[in-house]
Amino acid sequence: MKKNESLRELLYQLADDNFIHAFRGSEWLGLVPHIEEDVAYSSISQDTMGHAYMFYQLLEDLGEGNLDQIAHGRKPEQFRNAIILEEKNGPGSYLEKPDYDWAFTVVRNLLYSHFKTIQLESLKQSSYEPLSIVSRKIQSEQYYHLMHWETWFTQLMLSTEVARTKMEDAIKRIWKDLGGLISLGNYGDEISANQYIDSEQKLETRFLESIEKVFKKVEFTIDENPGMLRGNGRNGEHTEDLKQAIETLSEVYLSDLEAASW
Amino acid sequence: MPSKTIALKKEIMDILQNVKDPEMKPISIVELGMVEDIEITENTIHVKLLPTFTGCPALDLIKENIKNEVKDALSSLDNKFNVDVKYCYHPPWTTKRISEEGRKKLKKFGIATPSPDHNPGDPWEIECPYCNSTNITMENIFGPAACRSILYCRQCRNPFEAMKPIA
Ligand SMILES: [Zn+2]
Repeated sequence: MKKNESLRELLYQLADDNFIHAFRGSEWLGLVPHIEEDVAYSSISQDTMGHAYMFYQLLEDLGEGNLDQIAHGRKPEQFRNAIILEEKNGPGSYLEKPDYDWAFTVVRNLLYSHFKTIQLESLKQSSYEPLSIVSRKIQSEQYYHLMHWETWFTQLMLSTEVARTKMEDAIKRIWKDLGGLISLGNYGDEISANQYIDSEQKLETRFLESIEKVFKKVEFTIDENPGMLRGNGRNGEHTEDLKQAIETLSEVYLSDLEAASW
Repeated sequence: MPSKTIALKKEIMDILQNVKDPEMKPISIVELGMVEDIEITENTIHVKLLPTFTGCPALDLIKENIKNEVKDALSSLDNKFNVDVKYCYHPPWTTKRISEEGRKKLKKFGIATPSPDHNPGDPWEIECPYCNSTNITMENIFGPAACRSILYCRQCRNPFEAMKPIA
């Protein structure tokens, strides 16, 4: 095993989660329910892209290569993001008849923000100091993302019957793959043994406890534990949707190296 | 530290007063509390900066502006210095770092800042920058930039912006 291999694996998970999540968010630009939301959501996606770059920076510092190359120059099977984050926002594409699913997006963003908050809380105690410093910085911004998605989630869950049904369907669907977000993959034992982050069991317990409180406020319960229906992205397993995301992202990178070089 | 270095450091701090936040023109990066340290080695001036928000698109621009300002201002000196600007995350930037002068300028510009005594988890108390009323409503927590929210004052009926507390 390479030195720091488990640390690198964890950093790729964190960086790729944020990167792909920010990309899916940016695809909503101009398509969200109203103009204020457009401002808010693009701000959130911009922050999240900033978080991805901070994690990629840590990988660059560990000698993994140039930051932009790490972000844009890898093949799908080298990505470590959770499968649920790569899923398209809905049928169609940004340029051709997007028929995106807002309920799915709100639920995914809520669950991701919630888990990220738990994750950062643990990472702040990381034995790898650069990671704990970066996590503290990210946490101060993440707080506002969580607040935003909780507001949307609660409002939609308590609005019309149609909205409620769509939201509940989205929760149940996302839940089937949500385990892939909590997972630390094949290197999980080493990652937690080195105290880079708490074990996935601990993270899962904390996550379920805290999300239960949010669900309770809108009188929703779910019995089963989060699953990994389509595989584990932490181990390089992915869907076609990731390919589309990477192609779009690196198209921009290759055609406009100048603009992407921040 | 030789007094010459101290004098140069002070001079650079003064020069950095001219580098403004591209999105909030009246306020300088010094007043915002972004400048953490200035270090002078033989032929390089190292400026250590704390980013306000990580995804802020202005960060690169600020970096360039610093280099240009410092180089221009020091061009009369015999000694030729390189200028190196680095962003660091430690200590993290917080809204507490905004100076009194900076707060006043932002207020004049119609942007409220969180109280310097604000601690994490505290309720966010916001005063209208125009009439000081606290009878306000939050319109959008995410304003035109990641660091600001949009509010509305019910007293004087002005929309205004507020910097989010970051602790
Ligand atoms: Zn007022």
